[in-house]
Amino acid sequence: MTKIDTSRPENVLPTPSHTVGPFYGYALPFRGGEDIAPLGHPDTITVHGYVLDGEGKPLPDALVELWGPDQDGNLPTADGSMRRDPASGDFLGRNGVEFTGFGRIQTDADGHWYARTLRPGARGRNAPYVSVCVFARGLLVHLFTRIYLPGDDAALAADPLLAQVEEPRRDTLIAAEEGNGTYRFDIRLQGEGETVFLEFQ
Amino acid sequence: MTLTQADIDAEIAAEHAAYEKRVADGAPVEHHPRRDYAPYSSSVLRHPKQPPIAIDVTKDPELVELSSPAFGERDITEIDNDLTRQHTGEPIGERITVSGRLLDRNGRPVRGQLVEIWQANSAGRYAHQREQHDAPLDPNFTGVGRTISDDDGFYRFTTVQPGPYPWRNHVNAWRPAHIHFSVFGSAFTQRLVTQMYFPNDPLFPYDPILQSVTDDAARQRLIATYDHSLSVPEFSLGYHWDIVLDGPNATWIEEGR
Ligand SMILES: [Fe+3]
Repeated sequence: MTKIDTSRPENVLPTPSHTVGPFYGYALPFRGGEDIAPLGHPDTITVHGYVLDGEGKPLPDALVELWGPDQDGNLPTADGSMRRDPASGDFLGRNGVEFTGFGRIQTDADGHWYARTLRPGARGRNAPYVSVCVFARGLLVHLFTRIYLPGDDAALAADPLLAQVEEPRRDTLIAAEEGNGTYRFDIRLQGEGETVFLEFQ
Repeated sequence: MTLTQADIDAEIAAEHAAYEKRVADGAPVEHHPRRDYAPYSSSVLRHPKQPPIAIDVTKDPELVELSSPAFGERDITEIDNDLTRQHTGEPIGERITVSGRLLDRNGRPVRGQLVEIWQANSAGRYAHQREQHDAPLDPNFTGVGRTISDDDGFYRFTTVQPGPYPWRNHVNAWRPAHIHFSVFGSAFTQRLVTQMYFPNDPLFPYDPILQSVTDDAARQRLIATYDHSLSVPEFSLGYHWDIVLDGPNATWIEEGR
């Protein structure tokens, strides 16, 4: 039943996941979803790439969500990612001042996505990373992965997750530097070069 | 190769039998679909073949994924949870009220988090450009709603009953009526996108998306309950649907210590 009796913990069982389907495009994406960094912030980076299927074909209907800390490793607590105009109901976009840390981007017709966010700072023993959640038609349960940035080899070598991943696959979690603060991060759902996906327990 | 409903039925039955056998052999109950589920043809090239890497969140409270984005009053408007009021005219269809609680695995309410829905109109048509089903669009219905869960974890939407619609997974494929839900928990690990169904829909056994949840009890949890106390006199029929978010969160860590 779908009225959960919380006094009986054995009844509190997870609601199953379902695919996002093909028709979320008019509902979930919002204006400025990809512009996460405050305007003109000196620690802004651009991350971009393709989401690819088992035949290497880009997905024109994938949804990428990003969640990450600020440049000092602090987790944002500000709301306002999808600010709305109370008069028209339209999306106002972010205010360009506060950092909410959350982005949501639909791949374009070429299967390409991009986001501008703050270069994440380190937290604890972890190398700096941005958390990623991928949704798509055909994907019955979303997929988690992480974007690590190249440069600090010592931090990457000491990262507890990266240490769990064997060498050739480890690189799928590390974006490629393209200069000017731009990084390439492709997400391969299946097949050669398949991205490492994560399960939290 | 064009698959018929009979082909899909056979695949669904085989997946179900394989799951029953796994459980009989001692495998754990599966609350979620497997990403590799052949009857849903779009899944074939879109699921990873490598097993995911497990992260034990109890070992590291600093994980980014143990926190969640924040949403607030700025992110919604007053009528976002009433899909019947977003246009100048009234949408066509039976009005419904859909309400329930957002809970974590400990049965605790998830407060102040974003709940988003989208759905087809009463004729089974989405207001999406790529939608090719030739059922009529309703100029007074977009089919998108948002709200923020209250202090007891409750959400509430007013909308119209969505229609079933055809899709092209196989010949004569029809989706049972459903509302898509996207929800956030107190940790990003609890993120959930799913679909809510209505009781007694005759299309349930034919739908590979619903049947991808192979566990019978888990599948039942996707179906709302008619709730007369939620029905609004002279206005709408009420459905109750609680959502339990899976995935570890920080409160689990506190208990584990
Ligand atoms: Fe749908």
